[in-house]
Amino acid sequence: MPSQTVVPVLELRDVAKSFGAVVALRSGSLVVERGSIHALVGENGAGKSTLVKVVAGVHRRDSGVFKFVGDDVDFSSTAASKAAGIAVIYQEPTLFPDLSVAENIFMGRQPLLAGRRIDYGRMYAEAEALFTRLGVQVDPRRPARGLSIADQQVIEIAKAISLDATLLVMDEPTAALSGVEVDRLFAIARQLRDEGRGLVFISHRFDEVFDLCDTITVMRDGAYISTVKTEETTVNEIVAKMVGREVAELFPKVAAEIGEVVLEVEGLTSAGVFHDVSFNVRAGEIVGLAGLVGAGRSEIARAVFGVDGYDAGAVRLGGQPIKPRNPRSAIRAGVAFVPEDRRKQGLVIDDSVARNIASVIRNGLTKVGVLTSSAENKAAGPWAAKLEVKTGALDMHAATMSGGNQQKVVIAKWLATNPRLLIIDEPTRGIDVGTKSEVHRLLSDLAGQGMAILMISSELPEVLGMADRVLVVCEGRITADIDRDDATAEAVMHAATRNSSTTPATPSSSEIPA
Amino acid sequence: MSNENTIIHPSRASGLTRTLSNLLRSREIAVAAVIVVIVVLTTLKSHGFVFSSDGWRNLLVTPSLLIVLAVGQAAVIITRNVDLSVGSTLGLTAYLVGKVFIANPGMPAFMAFVIGLAFGAALGLINGVLVAFGRVPAMVITLGTLYIYRGVFLSWAGSNRVNASDFPSGFNSLGTNSLIGIPVLTIIALILMAVVGYYLRTARSGRELYAIGSDPDAAHLYGLPVTRRVLVAFVLSGALAGLAGVIYAARYGTVSSGAGSGMELQAVGAAVIGGVAIAGGVGTVWGAALGALLLVTINQALPIVGISDFWQKAVVGALIIGAIVLDRILAARQERALIAARDRARLDTPTTVKAGSPA
Repeated sequence: MPSQTVVPVLELRDVAKSFGAVVALRSGSLVVERGSIHALVGENGAGKSTLVKVVAGVHRRDSGVFKFVGDDVDFSSTAASKAAGIAVIYQEPTLFPDLSVAENIFMGRQPLLAGRRIDYGRMYAEAEALFTRLGVQVDPRRPARGLSIADQQVIEIAKAISLDATLLVMDEPTAALSGVEVDRLFAIARQLRDEGRGLVFISHRFDEVFDLCDTITVMRDGAYISTVKTEETTVNEIVAKMVGREVAELFPKVAAEIGEVVLEVEGLTSAGVFHDVSFNVRAGEIVGLAGLVGAGRSEIARAVFGVDGYDAGAVRLGGQPIKPRNPRSAIRAGVAFVPEDRRKQGLVIDDSVARNIASVIRNGLTKVGVLTSSAENKAAGPWAAKLEVKTGALDMHAATMSGGNQQKVVIAKWLATNPRLLIIDEPTRGIDVGTKSEVHRLLSDLAGQGMAILMISSELPEVLGMADRVLVVCEGRITADIDRDDATAEAVMHAATRNSSTTPATPSSSEIPA
Repeated sequence: MSNENTIIHPSRASGLTRTLSNLLRSREIAVAAVIVVIVVLTTLKSHGFVFSSDGWRNLLVTPSLLIVLAVGQAAVIITRNVDLSVGSTLGLTAYLVGKVFIANPGMPAFMAFVIGLAFGAALGLINGVLVAFGRVPAMVITLGTLYIYRGVFLSWAGSNRVNASDFPSGFNSLGTNSLIGIPVLTIIALILMAVVGYYLRTARSGRELYAIGSDPDAAHLYGLPVTRRVLVAFVLSGALAGLAGVIYAARYGTVSSGAGSGMELQAVGAAVIGGVAIAGGVGTVWGAALGALLLVTINQALPIVGISDFWQKAVVGALIIGAIVLDRILAARQERALIAARDRARLDTPTTVKAGSPA
């Protein structure tokens, strides 16, 4: 084809996508050439993942141009995009736990014998060949259940490679991988590039972006910012474009008086999840729990609150031990927990605001065992007002509210219990930028009133802006405890990715020689 | 390949050992062993249980009905759904076949199967459309159609019933004939089981049923045709329930408005006992069929050993609960073993060391 050299593999112009009132993508643009590895960078919430999902056919764009290999396309399903030649590795692995590793790779396109029977022997052999190419050894017959995140990611990569796609999109594929595994993935990516395919690589690790990619597109707040050649730019330039504003103005953290120790966690261990985790949180202090996705931050928080059990260690609140696996005891002791996925775990989404707020203190509201909605409204009113929850009425359904207001309802619900410790997991995920700072001001106020706050966040600027102290979790261990004044994005990222080759060896498994 | 290139250690067992250990650990073998034990013990108590022409026949022909239902149920449960309407579908189809024979006495016997298959499939299609497009849990939809189909049956049949004399002799003899000592109805059930089992094991679309039940969200993201496959599973279950209705008519000769009621729960129970996970994604139709065989065999054996009706039901209940508890324990043990293996592998594998390039 003569036009081959000029037609880009992928061309997106001013693509927009909203979910209800939340605009996830205002104006996304991305042009990926043949034989190129294109980095897509931006803060969490910049719209990268939404853009990827539009390309993959998970979401349909509201407007904008979407061309694939020169043709206008509009994928209505992931099957359609896959058939066109697009392979996507999502941030979270999407495997079928009950099926074998090989079936996970080849589902829907298993090699066939005569009579359209699946050729299991060839399927296992082909999976084996893929793993050899990736330089890993995985038994293709074992079930996907029980694989670590990194191992699952390897399966996803094998799946994408086997598709023989024209465009391969990788949404943070290295988040859970170790140094050797990343090296191997990059070798494969370069090989695919040299074959003339287009690759999109999303990552928060700049060393990887500059090592692997030839072009970088920056996104911010759901919009395209700029595209540059890697050799013509620097990390600082890219970071400046990504952030685009001073960190300080976004996060109005007010210094609070730090009081006595509220939460003590000692030697907390859960096999295969986290190991020997010890830390404490003082009154008036916001402690940020940072780390990569899958490092075990949420799991630690869940164990502290008692939702999940643990094998060893102890949790104390104000010197008093909290029983393991008993959230009720934690609530009574004064712990509040705002989970990561508020739609699933924090809200009765089809219920009214008042009911949601009053749900944890229901026992205290009942009269002769009967709970009236007027009692609920009376208890919920002041809290909703205090947090400026914008709802028409307390009997409005939580499902119809914006993400920011939903988050406020969840926080209001827990504040009604008068907690001493607030554990909050991803406080501003999926919340528009305007409401974000309101949630941040609220957290800052609460700390000012002497509440101890343990905040888990994947957004580095949020952690750096809000936390008095940053604990970094890497592969289930706390690898750094950094004070606010010393906390830089670089220091946190180093501790969070200490298995990558840049970090000096630590007294852990990584010292064992080959 | 050297050790540092390994992130997951492959199972080192050879093909034969693996097959053997999988077989020994499989639910199917366990259920089959229990059936053999029950048959042997009951036969020791009363030789006629196996060693009389009647006993042998009953032992084989009685389960055929439930086997067919359990096979269809397994296909639905594997997709993380359930079909509670099969008992009503069975009854309604059996009655319809009888009515068609009354209207056309000369109709050949095989036409009864065609009608049963088609009518059952149509009823299954209604379930499938409501579940797949209505996005309402299958348990609710099929509980509704259970009552609707039964209600249609009741208002149509009233206190009437179809009798053996209404069926042509060629059809009735299906219920009594044997081929090399095995009743024809049992052979039909076994063929249906084999065909569905073969489909689920070797067809791409069959495997997709497992994928959908294993993680419906991942199946959507992967681009599998979830709606279509779930629809097909319900049509299959309905068609098999329709065929079971024909088998019912051939076996018992009389069809009244109570025919097949309660059988849906037996079918679910059989599938669960046979190792089909109620949460989807796991199980085989062989297992479900063996579960059906076990249920029916126990019901036949217990009266002979002198256990009262009440305890028979309790034993069935205990079996179902036992099967689920066993599944949970085994799953938890497997999960722990896999995590432990992963932790070991991580300690064995130095991750900061630059490995020699694998190429």
